[in-house]
Amino acid sequence: MEQNDQSILQVRNLHVEVKTKEGLSTLVQDINFGIEKGKILGIVGESGSGKTVTSMSILQLHDKKSMNISGSITLHGRELNGLDSKEMRSIRGKDIAFIMQNPMNAFTPVFTIGHQFVETIKSHSSLTNKEAKELAINVMRSVNLPEPDKLLKKYPFQLSGGMLQRVMIAMAACLNPSVIIADEPTTALDPYNQLSVLRLLDKIRREYGTSILLISHDLGVIAEMADEVIVMQQGRIIEAANVFGIFDNPQHDYTKKLLRTRPSLYFQKQPYTYKL
Amino acid sequence: MGLLEVKQINHSYHSGKLFKWNVQSNKVLNDISFTIEEGTCLGLVGTSGAGKSTLGKVILGIQPPQQGQILFQGYDIYRADKMTQRKIRRNLQVVFQDSYSSVNPRLTAESIISEPLENYERLTVAELKSTVISLLERVGLSEKDLNKYPHQFSGGQLQRINIARAISLKPKLIVLDESVSSLDMVTQSLILELLKELKQDFGLSYLFITHDIKAAFSISDRLGVLEKGELIELYESKEQFFYSKNPVVLQMRDSILAEHPRFRSITKREI
Repeated sequence: MEQNDQSILQVRNLHVEVKTKEGLSTLVQDINFGIEKGKILGIVGESGSGKTVTSMSILQLHDKKSMNISGSITLHGRELNGLDSKEMRSIRGKDIAFIMQNPMNAFTPVFTIGHQFVETIKSHSSLTNKEAKELAINVMRSVNLPEPDKLLKKYPFQLSGGMLQRVMIAMAACLNPSVIIADEPTTALDPYNQLSVLRLLDKIRREYGTSILLISHDLGVIAEMADEVIVMQQGRIIEAANVFGIFDNPQHDYTKKLLRTRPSLYFQKQPYTYKL
Repeated sequence: MGLLEVKQINHSYHSGKLFKWNVQSNKVLNDISFTIEEGTCLGLVGTSGAGKSTLGKVILGIQPPQQGQILFQGYDIYRADKMTQRKIRRNLQVVFQDSYSSVNPRLTAESIISEPLENYERLTVAELKSTVISLLERVGLSEKDLNKYPHQFSGGQLQRINIARAISLKPKLIVLDESVSSLDMVTQSLILELLKELKQDFGLSYLFITHDIKAAFSISDRLGVLEKGELIELYESKEQFFYSKNPVVLQMRDSILAEHPRFRSITKREI
């Protein structure tokens, strides 16, 4: 993928190794990509291909004692790899927000949603409790969550998975980050909730100009959302192209296999005739 | 007579306080009836909270329904005597969504798969081992995996072990409760292919419960739509799903994601 100065987040020659008893074992290697403002970059690959490792090394969430991360990760030209944990904390949540696969695990079950919302806002700004709460309610309104003031008093287990995922997206969007990393945001949801969560992500991209790194194994999600696509296999990028390029003209055998194996509703009527 | 007959099942959960006047009943299944013939697959789709999993539990004999009957091979599974129930359980198996929590983490793959065999069949140690190996090979694993523990497998592999355990007694019906939902696309299609093959080889029937319409489409012969505890549609052929005018089905059809970026509906923009 071409890398130019417009990229907000750039990853160059990322190489992650884990120390094991038998020596170093490589998790991902030679990862290069960049995301421009307001664009969605999709990462596809089966489980174990290094998608999550890549996203977690952007946020520096790996254990530094047992893992070696080499290469350069820059956000607005600022190097993130090797920052100490205090500086990194000020970036996480504010400049780069993270949306996880399982929203149930992302919230603390013992505090209300409002408490966790306000805590996130206060740790990155000098707002008071009251102002933070107002901001939270405003953001929740803007993402069409019903009755935000009641929602803030609830505990995570009182909400359904789809609802919680939307709260998490609101939380990610409230500090207006420049990049959102969404790691399989809709895998655990049913189709209707999946659609509403994806619409919400797109709304945030449109209104705030946020760049989104969308990790998914579902080619449907990628087809709907992404501008550029990276295909990963066994810790390497094997193909990177525009989303139309991937679907119309896949180069690598593995990409072709991925496209062939997706379940299709129309396979009897419409065989694989996407080539123009 | 069908293999499985579900007759007018009603079930509700009570979210009760101590006193009776506080009891709120929450109807999850409302007058559900259908049959599954031998060697066919019925797909049940529905949004979360529609009562799909409760129906699965009721059919498996885990959750006695408040009203209605489940007839399996002509026997009512909740009123049969112990010997018949034992026979029914042999022919009625299940594969759940979460592969890790449906196996015992302290057992090896060999003992996980051989457990039902030990319970139902009198085999010598050597026979048992060879049966387990052939089962493992049938689902695409190998002899090397015999002594591995669940945490050493990936989700897809472990789901294969669950399937191997379910088919070990050559059952008649397998209830697949969201069995492929948490797997990635490649693994999912491999497991679906495996299930189709097994259906042909052993003449299995499936009740395929899922929220993934594409997966349900690729495996089922008939398709039912469950919404708020009611079986609102039951199609004899799955193509009818596209012609239905029911608003719930319409909404479901609209939330199917595009298969190609040209058909995308969420982000209509120039690239």
